[in-house]
Amino acid sequence: MKTEIDRYEIRLAGAGGQGLILAGIILAEAVAIYDGRNAIQTQSYGPEARGGASRAEVIISDGPIHYPKVMHADVLLALSQEACDKYFFDLKPDGILIVDSGHVERLPSSQALRLPIMQMAVEATGRPLTANMVALGFISGLTQIVSRPSLEKAVTARVPKGTAEANLKALAAGWDAAEGAPKQR
Amino acid sequence: MTTPKMMQGNEACAAGAIAAGCRFFGGYPITPSTDIAEYMARELPKHGGVFIQMEDEIAGLAAVIGASVGGVKAMTATSGPGFSLMQENIGYAAMAEIPCVIVDVMRLGPSTGRPTSPSQGDVMQARWGTHGDHPIIAVAPSSVDECFGLTVRAFNLSERYRTPVILLIDEVVGHLREKVTLPPPDQIRVLERLRPTEPPEWYKPYGSAPGDVPALAPFGSGYRYHITGLHHDEAGFPTERVDEVRPWTRRVFRKIKGNVQHIVRYEAEGVEGARTIVVAYGAVARSAREAIKIARAKRRKVGLLRLQTLWPFPTRVVSEVCRNAQRVIVPEMNLGQMAIEVERIVGDRIVRRVNRIDGELITPQEILEAMETK
Repeated sequence: MKTEIDRYEIRLAGAGGQGLILAGIILAEAVAIYDGRNAIQTQSYGPEARGGASRAEVIISDGPIHYPKVMHADVLLALSQEACDKYFFDLKPDGILIVDSGHVERLPSSQALRLPIMQMAVEATGRPLTANMVALGFISGLTQIVSRPSLEKAVTARVPKGTAEANLKALAAGWDAAEGAPKQR
Repeated sequence: MTTPKMMQGNEACAAGAIAAGCRFFGGYPITPSTDIAEYMARELPKHGGVFIQMEDEIAGLAAVIGASVGGVKAMTATSGPGFSLMQENIGYAAMAEIPCVIVDVMRLGPSTGRPTSPSQGDVMQARWGTHGDHPIIAVAPSSVDECFGLTVRAFNLSERYRTPVILLIDEVVGHLREKVTLPPPDQIRVLERLRPTEPPEWYKPYGSAPGDVPALAPFGSGYRYHITGLHHDEAGFPTERVDEVRPWTRRVFRKIKGNVQHIVRYEAEGVEGARTIVVAYGAVARSAREAIKIARAKRRKVGLLRLQTLWPFPTRVVSEVCRNAQRVIVPEMNLGQMAIEVERIVGDRIVRRVNRIDGELITPQEILEAMETK
């Protein structure tokens, strides 16, 4: 995506422990540091270490970013039914909804992109924990909001030591799946 | 120039502290401030500093005061419940005139409240949380870059005026990640406290001094003197004499009030000829800026007064900027703690409050509505 962006909003929502905040940080860092645009990342989560609602938000722009939260999301990733139900209404009419088909059964829109994210993670790396990277790869491949080398650099820099290879594999699985997905605007 | 990096507000605050010369951190971890303690625990030893996790927040600030009396710049960081516990020692630092920086990353209260949700509910506690009349300085950053800059400034103010300085960061800004390019160390202005030049037997730690700030000798440097939370004479020993108590109170107020123009920082944007002025601070100022951007596209004359210093309250600035305004909007993540101050200055007739106390950041839309409703 090379055109000037005024404001592009991505919301990653699900449960605590799914790695959504890390995915948000990696995306923001890839865009802001390695691609050289402007990006900001915020998070919202409950007091629990695992479970409970969790969300990360990334705003991307080529100008200054004032309000740091999502107003009308361009992309919503929902890894739980609760997140899908709660945040669908903030999605732009032409926004992209991506859900994990293993966790979200009731779809609010026929336009939703259903993807077995968790299952893909297990197939790619044997670790369900890498589902966040599958999702990140899919969103990035689909929207082209970030370049692939930048994203890979950011993943390598941020994930725990010794897990880069698995995480990059999961990322690639997501990115490759996006290439076969229906074309978005 | 250093290279840009993605940093969290809390991390930038801790980095700012180290850049300002802070070499001691005493505290107790609490959401949403814990990142600051973690950063200090990791980085301070690399700079020859000391990190201590104390048994609670009361001891945390006590340790900080002790370190500062020893001549080391010191800081603690906490959130609502811990900030409540620190009030007694904030009073002690104000009374004994010990420089120190207290970071309060504000979460939704009262009590345990909602530990991970933002708030600006501690504005009045920062001013009046400890008992008795005392001056205080409190600053509130709106961005990650400002978390760094205002922390450096908090240390400078604290050292220059021998006073505790409170950094009020809301959870949104504390946990926000943003691209920042930190200034290289040689471009950061760092102030040090005045040290006595007279021989120890003449030293008066609470004597009259130019600018009303007497020099502070580090304990152990050969200057023997007394420090107490009791009202004290010029040598630091307890006194009940009104001709010693009154001058102390007057002096400590004078040292802050007499320097308000040097202490107060703010940013006024598009306020000339604006009929509506939004007065905001912290993360809410970002919502305000977004709202103003939308309003200006509709050719509305709206200005923003963003306060970086909350205490001492920038009375003159608010009065001047809002002089010709027909409406002053004060959005806050509390029920109007700063609005009270603004109303006191401009009159409550023209003030519109926008408040949220549910742990969510005020949206630009909510501020726009306050601009548009009659």
